[in-house]
Amino acid sequence: MESPVLRIENFSAFFGENQVLKNININILPNRITALMGPSGCGKTTLIRCINRMHELIPHARVSGHIYLKNQNIYDMEPIALRRKIGMVFQKPNPFPMMSIYDNVIAGYILNGIKLKKEEADSIVESSLRGAALWNEVKDSLHRKGTFLSGGQQQRLCIARALAMNPEILLFDEPTSALDPKSTAHIEELVVELKQNVTMLLVTHNIAQAARVSDFTAFIYLGELIEFGPTEKMFTVPKDKRTEEYLTGKFG
Amino acid sequence: MKTEKDASEKRFKNIILVSGLSVIFLLIAIFLTLTIASVPAIKTFGLGFFISKHWDPSLEKFGALPFLYGTLITSFLALIISIPFSIAISIFLGEYFKNGLLSTFLRSSTEVLAGIPSVIYGLWGLFLLMPVTRHIQTLLGLTPYGVGIFTASLILSIMIIPFSASIGREVVSLIPADLKEAAYSLGATRFEVIKNIIIPYARSGIIAGILLAFGRAIGETMAVTMLIGNSNFLPKSIFSPANTMASVIANEFAESTGIAASSLIYIGLVLFLVTTLVNIAGTYVIKKISLEASKEVT
Amino acid sequence: MNTMNTAAQDIENNKIIPFPSHFTVQEDKIKDNKTHLKLRILKDRLFKYIVIIFSLLSFLPLLLVLFHITKNGISVINWSFLTELPRPIGEIGGGIYNSLIGSLMLILLSSVISIPLGISAGIYLSETNKGKLSNIINLCIVVLQGTPSIVIGIITYIWVVAPLGGFSALSGGIALSIMMLPVIIKSTEETLKLIPYHLKEASLALGVPYYKTILKVILPTGISGIMTGILLSVARITGETAPLLFTAFGNQFLNYNILKPIDSLPYRIFYYAMSPYPEWHSFAWGASFILVVIVLAFNLIARGVSAKWKVQF
Repeated sequence: MESPVLRIENFSAFFGENQVLKNININILPNRITALMGPSGCGKTTLIRCINRMHELIPHARVSGHIYLKNQNIYDMEPIALRRKIGMVFQKPNPFPMMSIYDNVIAGYILNGIKLKKEEADSIVESSLRGAALWNEVKDSLHRKGTFLSGGQQQRLCIARALAMNPEILLFDEPTSALDPKSTAHIEELVVELKQNVTMLLVTHNIAQAARVSDFTAFIYLGELIEFGPTEKMFTVPKDKRTEEYLTGKFG
Repeated sequence: MKTEKDASEKRFKNIILVSGLSVIFLLIAIFLTLTIASVPAIKTFGLGFFISKHWDPSLEKFGALPFLYGTLITSFLALIISIPFSIAISIFLGEYFKNGLLSTFLRSSTEVLAGIPSVIYGLWGLFLLMPVTRHIQTLLGLTPYGVGIFTASLILSIMIIPFSASIGREVVSLIPADLKEAAYSLGATRFEVIKNIIIPYARSGIIAGILLAFGRAIGETMAVTMLIGNSNFLPKSIFSPANTMASVIANEFAESTGIAASSLIYIGLVLFLVTTLVNIAGTYVIKKISLEASKEVT
Repeated sequence: MNTMNTAAQDIENNKIIPFPSHFTVQEDKIKDNKTHLKLRILKDRLFKYIVIIFSLLSFLPLLLVLFHITKNGISVINWSFLTELPRPIGEIGGGIYNSLIGSLMLILLSSVISIPLGISAGIYLSETNKGKLSNIINLCIVVLQGTPSIVIGIITYIWVVAPLGGFSALSGGIALSIMMLPVIIKSTEETLKLIPYHLKEASLALGVPYYKTILKVILPTGISGIMTGILLSVARITGETAPLLFTAFGNQFLNYNILKPIDSLPYRIFYYAMSPYPEWHSFAWGASFILVVIVLAFNLIARGVSAKWKVQF
């Protein structure tokens, strides 16, 4: 049995009096893509933000239950140490406009005050950009600011930035919903390639994307985990009626 | 009927046009008046006016270096003293405490600070700051004038804090939330986010605020006049009495005639040109920033 | 750019070293260095405290100024202070009645000049599309607003005092009106720009002539914003001294003649503060208290007007 990278146990999340997640239990296996799907407002974004404790930045946010990253309770760690181990790619590409492409890739090191020698930085930048399938397009303009990049390229830059930190798990929050179909296809292709080296959790409201790309899928509805299992199985023979209704477009 | 309406509309439009144009004419008239009235002084002293340090009404010899000095030193000193405070307020109100009681409180106090008349700062400085300076001077073994560049710079720094602070606060709060989020997700502390992301992003706005505060400091008259000691000699140290370009005009213009008056107006002309330049630069930067900010909203 | 290799292709072509081994270099760096972490958290907390301390410290001068003005000023104020004229030095008592009346007259004079002109120019700017002329006018407004008040004083001296042969309330009013203009124009323009076009359309469609539409429909709708601008600029000039130094000049007697010098609160404060007499110093504090109350009152009313009278769309 493979040991899960991430264990979510009896996990609930609250905003003030409002319970947004109800008793979630999921194990994320290494080197797989797990999709979190569900209609908007179901809590899937909240869940991944709880994993890297970003939800704590919102006032009146509260949790109960446990999340273990490689058997370490994430609430026993300093948030800033935890977040270094977890990469996140956001819905809207957000490279830092004041930094060059080069600096954007190693932004995690800059922000954390980690000094890199030039050779180290160079190799991290190159391999991260290659990993994000962006190297050939930007290798001659590494020291320019990234504002000339297209939406899809900016998103790949953000992926490179996350990869540069060699995260235990990479979280994607609807990474292609702001992109055109061609860039979406590129990123989906990239994500599948990255599987060999990275474990990924992908939040998507696009059922077809989940089907195309993921190995496992969790269906979340109104804060509850309705069903979780291998994608192919779930999409062909869903166990729960609600899953079936969602997949056939009855709601969401 | 139609011609009647057309006529009244035309008349009205002309009136408002003339009003709009009057602003331009006013400004041109100000510039021309200053220049023409400075001509006698310009003819007599030329540009060397500003490197000559002798201001001698009896000999009819005038040089404005002491006042250039006074203005620049007090303004720079005031700027240096005030910058840490205005940046702190910008970050406090723009990042840490965007809303809430404390935020409203500090924001209102900053506005009140900006609204207090200059002459009242001068009065306060005369009776509350001057003794402090005298005390310091006695401790240092200097002549306890009390008034001088040091005291004037102190009061000036208090007066210009609201200007750079309010602009700084605007730009700091304008930073898109998703940039901060990206930084947090990489494991940065709040300080690291402020230092590496927010400040560089808000940099031009902060500079614009400093520029405008500087422009304000250069032209400030009353409080400085009351606290700078009214000496027309080149100041020797930070505790020397002195005069700024604005304060020497305030002190001497009313009774001056002839070449003395023209020299003071010459100083006024330069003061006008310098503040105009600084203000245009600052406003231009702010305009650029708000243009970029409105683009980002899409 | 079509030469986009996928990660798999790059690995195949030996152009990339797969992540695990390539990243051993940073494993040591990223490993949880407890001290480094603690230091960063400490820096974070320290910085927050420094920001809070500096921010609150900057509030201190305001506190002190208001405190001293109240402490020293309030004891001086009584009925005779407000209603009598200054007495010659040596005699006790007297008041600042001349300064109060003088300030009032200066405010009225400058308002009469600047309000119609300012609103009119503001209407022009709001009714005209962006073009070279409006840009130039806006630039001039920025420059005018930033012009040092002492320079305005010089200008008014040359334009009014010299030709008239002496200091006068009129010249003081003109100087102050120049200073009121930019704020009034800007607030009028911004207020009117916010009014939706369909209001004007509706009025014009009913056959109301253009000028009446503006004056009787648009202006009243924007009255709160315009009033706010007027009140704020009045607040500003009430405390201005520099432009009055060589225009209105000051007058220890009561004067209603606009062609003669006139006193004002800020001028009186300046005059008394710079004098060597302790009695006059305490009068300066008293006058300052009144001036601060008036200026703050105008600011508060401006804010109240803005909130209460604002027409929402």
